[in-house]
Amino acid sequence: MKLKTILATTALAALMASPALAQQISVKAGVLNDRSGLYADLSGEGSVIAARMAVEDFKAADKGIKVEIVSADHQNKPDVGSTIARQWYDQDGVDLILDVPTSSVALAVSQITKEKNKIHINSGAGSSDLTGKACSPNTVHWTYDTYALAQGTGGAMVKAGGDSWFFLTADYAFGHALERDAGATVTKNGGKVVGAVRTPFPGTDFSSFLLQAQASKAKVIGLANAGSDTTNAIKQAGEFGIVAGGQKLAGLLVFISDVHALGLQAAQGLVLTESFYWDKDDQTRAWSERFAKLNGGKKPTMVHAGVYSGLLHYLKAVEAAKSKDSAAVMAKMKETPTDDPLFGKGTIRVNGRKVHDMYLYEVKKPSESKAPWDYYKQIAVLPGEQAFQPLAESECPLVKK
Amino acid sequence: MFELLGIPPQALFGQVLLGLINGSFYAILSLGLAVIFGLLNIINFSHGAQYMMGAFVAWMCLNYLGLNYWVALLLAPIIVGATGIAIERLLLKRIAHLDHLYGLLLTFGLALIIQGLFRNQYGSSGLPYAIPPQLSGGQNLGFMFLPNYRAWVIFASLVVCLGTWFLIEKTKLGSYLRAATENPTLTQAFGINVPLLVTLTYGFGVALAAFAGVLAAPIYSVNPNMGGDLIIVVFAVVVIGGMGSIMGAIVTGFSLGLIEGLTKVFYPEAAATVIFIIMVLVLLVKPAGLFGRQA
Repeated sequence: MKLKTILATTALAALMASPALAQQISVKAGVLNDRSGLYADLSGEGSVIAARMAVEDFKAADKGIKVEIVSADHQNKPDVGSTIARQWYDQDGVDLILDVPTSSVALAVSQITKEKNKIHINSGAGSSDLTGKACSPNTVHWTYDTYALAQGTGGAMVKAGGDSWFFLTADYAFGHALERDAGATVTKNGGKVVGAVRTPFPGTDFSSFLLQAQASKAKVIGLANAGSDTTNAIKQAGEFGIVAGGQKLAGLLVFISDVHALGLQAAQGLVLTESFYWDKDDQTRAWSERFAKLNGGKKPTMVHAGVYSGLLHYLKAVEAAKSKDSAAVMAKMKETPTDDPLFGKGTIRVNGRKVHDMYLYEVKKPSESKAPWDYYKQIAVLPGEQAFQPLAESECPLVKK
Repeated sequence: MFELLGIPPQALFGQVLLGLINGSFYAILSLGLAVIFGLLNIINFSHGAQYMMGAFVAWMCLNYLGLNYWVALLLAPIIVGATGIAIERLLLKRIAHLDHLYGLLLTFGLALIIQGLFRNQYGSSGLPYAIPPQLSGGQNLGFMFLPNYRAWVIFASLVVCLGTWFLIEKTKLGSYLRAATENPTLTQAFGINVPLLVTLTYGFGVALAAFAGVLAAPIYSVNPNMGGDLIIVVFAVVVIGGMGSIMGAIVTGFSLGLIEGLTKVFYPEAAATVIFIIMVLVLLVKPAGLFGRQA
């Protein structure tokens, strides 16, 4: 009896004391992305929902970490994004910035984050320069990059016999990076690039460029663009009988929201690379169901998933470091292997590159799809070490050679 | 085989045809703008949003009511035109006596509101709309593969453009319209209901935009931003043709589509700017536009 009382009292005391004993840490996370333009569906409000889910699942409050989430629209403009990032860091006490699609904005935000010694976990942008020549000790590039996309879709299509390529490239930083990385992959795998055309960004009518691609007789037409540029190009390629004529389309960056916008009739057969698909396993399905309920029924993109898993890993690092000091947290984030329900096991390299498996998917035929958002079948898994650029090839100054 | 400026003639003909197809969109849209400007003196900046609404109404007809493309082609212009009539009666009428700048600002604001509402409801990545089965597939012309649907777009827009031209230039109703443009007070004194003409004209101009929107739905994804992207180009077309000139809108619409198409072959990077370069040149030489009357 006496022992029981003592035990109970101790337990009670410990329970009451623990929040008081643990140092209260308050973290302010800013979700900065496109909330009104062409990338609003693949990032936008969904990323804020994903960030809230991470805080909830981490049970931050029980661990003495108070998390506040703020958000803003960068309108895909580097100047707007930079202004918001500065204001957040200087005046509003924001500790980390999440998401940031559009490579030009991401590169600017990464630079400011380094100046202010805060943390940037990027989920939305593509350019592999973020962890290459423009890498920063304060940035982690989470979800995907142009190198991995090129390895995935490019490598697979060359191996399947698509050894001559013609690129339709969106005429801005991201398109150029994607064309460069994909072209290199094609050549490395023994294929050749027969031509490329730079299309104005954003564009609506791609038929002229598609006819040029058709005339080039290349086996594969690589779409080095994103969002509605990609969906319009795919739709029009169907109209001009390009796929029916034997040429293949390679959508180098296609999100599930794009497939949804195209409809399966137009998108069927498309091969694409993603790091996350909602219907991959029980865990991703369960998480995605919860997400969809909060997001008007729309399933998450890999960008949303990356915001969730990036913030979760950050919070774990804060808990382990018992501090939100950027250097300490970043060190913890890089030394601790990542593990979460959406991306599985992974690591963060010294240049800030988060490494996990990438997947090659093919878009189902309308007859194969059983439910709304049932869009992909998996063709191959690319182990993380092969999907992302090897450190030895990296131009990042943080990598000691 | 001989080559013209490094481009095989087959490819060149293909590009010419594609240019004409794009030109047909420019023509219908700039025609609507010209009709509205001619009578109301309003620079209708919500034209792009009304074009987008046309595409969305077609999508809604299919997905909510099960009505096919052909019905939508008729119904969407009527529905969107009716919203145009409401806008004219409720808003534009009140600023009709002010400088055109007020009309421009009002319609620009409306365009932003309409786009915002559609974006909130349907997201920004667009919705699928399939080509009607009767028009899928295409013809092999030898020098290019012409999708049947694109051929239909050229045909439909030519019919609509020429019909509108005929209506305004050759019929009695058209003569009333032209009279009301020249001198509304005198026309009213002859017992013609000018305010009604104005309202119907605005509705008609908006319906033309919606018609173009339905034509565009199967080619481009139905997207809240689709009008915003296009409207600036269409304004340049109208300025080049001459504000308010019906024939100017049609002819420059088709020919600028053609020039843009050819630019895509010879120097693709400039395709987005070539129209504006032409606009600058035309304004320098002929400030009222190619077909415009000197004010």
